[in-house]
Amino acid sequence: MPDTFNRPYGIVAEFTTAASVLHAAEKVRGAGFRKWDVFTPFPVHGLDHAMGLRNSKVGWFAFIGGVTGYTTGMLMIWFMNTLDYPIVIGGKPMFSPFSAFPPSYELTILFGAFGSLFGMLFLNRLPRLHHPLLKNKRFSLVTHDRFFVVIECADPKYSEAETRKLLADAGSRHIEVVED
Amino acid sequence: MSAGASSVKASPGGPVTIPQPPPELERIPLVANFHGLGWISNRVASLIEDPAPVWWWALFIPSVLCLGMLMFMLTYQISTGVGVWGNMHPVMWAWDIVNFVWWIGIGHAGTLISAILFLLRQRWRTAVNRAAEAMTIFAVMCAGIYPALHVGRAWYDWWLFPIPNSNSIWPQFRSPLMWDVFAVSTYFTVSVLFWYMGLIPDLAVMRDRARTKIRQFGYGLFALGWTGSNRHWSNYEKAYLILAGLSTPLVLSVHSIVSLDFSVSQLPGWHTTIFPPYFVAGAVFSGFGMVLTLLVPLRSIFKLQDIITMRHIDIMCKVTLATGSIVGYAYAMEFFIAWYSGNPNEQFHFLNRALGPYQWAWIMMVSCNVLVPQFFWFRALRQNLVVVFIISILVNVGMWFERFVIIVLSLHRDFIPSNWGYYHPTIVDICTYIGTFGLFFTCFLLFLRFLPMIAISEVKGVTPQSDPHHPMGGAKIKESIPDAD
Repeated sequence: MPDTFNRPYGIVAEFTTAASVLHAAEKVRGAGFRKWDVFTPFPVHGLDHAMGLRNSKVGWFAFIGGVTGYTTGMLMIWFMNTLDYPIVIGGKPMFSPFSAFPPSYELTILFGAFGSLFGMLFLNRLPRLHHPLLKNKRFSLVTHDRFFVVIECADPKYSEAETRKLLADAGSRHIEVVED
Repeated sequence: MSAGASSVKASPGGPVTIPQPPPELERIPLVANFHGLGWISNRVASLIEDPAPVWWWALFIPSVLCLGMLMFMLTYQISTGVGVWGNMHPVMWAWDIVNFVWWIGIGHAGTLISAILFLLRQRWRTAVNRAAEAMTIFAVMCAGIYPALHVGRAWYDWWLFPIPNSNSIWPQFRSPLMWDVFAVSTYFTVSVLFWYMGLIPDLAVMRDRARTKIRQFGYGLFALGWTGSNRHWSNYEKAYLILAGLSTPLVLSVHSIVSLDFSVSQLPGWHTTIFPPYFVAGAVFSGFGMVLTLLVPLRSIFKLQDIITMRHIDIMCKVTLATGSIVGYAYAMEFFIAWYSGNPNEQFHFLNRALGPYQWAWIMMVSCNVLVPQFFWFRALRQNLVVVFIISILVNVGMWFERFVIIVLSLHRDFIPSNWGYYHPTIVDICTYIGTFGLFFTCFLLFLRFLPMIAISEVKGVTPQSDPHHPMGGAKIKESIPDAD
């Protein structure tokens, strides 16, 4: 596949401070790009706002997980102790929500936690062990102390010369095109 | 920024001058000496990348030997029976449950640091949360051994879980022991999830630094392809917040449910409503004791003084003091309620605690848990690492005796004097307990060798360099003040 081998993935611009990458993100967003991202060693405060990201949807996964957990706990205990194998103990009711509550509460938390972790991974499309950026030597500094703005070639507004100029104007000293 | 802006004198177009705040208002930075972002990665990762130091082997080999002893003891106990322990009528719960409650209590500080302090926006937690969470997981592993084996026939442990078996019978959910199964297994699972999620960005740090193929593959596999994308961070931070929000009621419920194992019964000394909050406070108290025991030497050996600063130690000592005092209040309140209840059995039990044949255990408990932490009122003692280390060990000695007092002393003299007895542990009890330290330290030392013991990306996030509105984060001073002109 020689024609796909050298297909460019996107343009990568390196920044050295949190403030400079924040301003660059504002500029890229203002220029109307869609397929772009900022890469940082830690979550930078205010960057979600600068990029125009909406509130994360992870909460819904956790909520659905929690509701599933609580319902599972209550229904399971009701089914087991009332329907499937009732055992009379001291004339107490077959099903009591009070004694069924603690296990259901724990299952709420358990399923909610699974919902939030796996919801986060699902929304981020992880695990993804091959990524064009991970092949780039310079980009590996993203987990060390550098900040990167990446604009994908798939973006309709992408043109190499203009995008490069935009990122250089935003203050990047090191810009390169990464292959897919 | 408005408070900062009001104190700024700026002339249009001229240079901006910011008056220095008075020294008493200056906040001590969380990472000392204004180290850069890369320094944090280098410092923490070098602990893993450098060859294992001699002291590590000197601790690891005895730990593995202790772990071997634990395996031998458990095999002996399973193949012979619970009779190899000293549990004997009337004390049918003894060191097994004492050690179970003790270990699981130690775990609580990890979750408190990682979850509750996160919700309370205590940013100092970032320096200690990774190691404390690891401590939690390994402590819960040690704890889990005991209930699984004290049932006698360990091969029927799966009956504790609602799995269809050949007798078609289900677990009895009215029992707090069943609640405990759900609480402890959920606690372990959620702690692992929370810990692993915090590790993902740091595993990516290790992957990107890796020099060998094996490291690159291993760390890369578990980093799940993390790139540090801000779109990912956005979901990640929300998921982390939710996990913290879920772990907070979890950690409070786990030791509450452990305490219900006792307080739902009718026995004097166990049948009290104060147990759930009292157990949770005691758990946090002992957990902070263990965190200090582990981190005070480690910060010196690993030269992490700039990340785990004296301020961190100071705050943890204060938490120990606060929770120790809550425990002391609970001890006093138990005596008051025994007197105030007018119940002769209850009154006898508490007199027996303080004056009976187990007086030595009660004195150990009160002196280690109530009196010793009071030294932390003094700043000079909170700053003295030798004192902090010794007190942190005494805290856990005291908390072990607290569980001994609650369990063994309540059982050894109940309602009928003909039913009284005195408990003696056997050599198997003692060796099993020492063996659990082998399990704990083997796991913890392996953790120190293979995983970053400081949450690298979180610590980076609390430095001034990470703040885009701080001059050290690259902000120009004029830009950081909206109304400068």
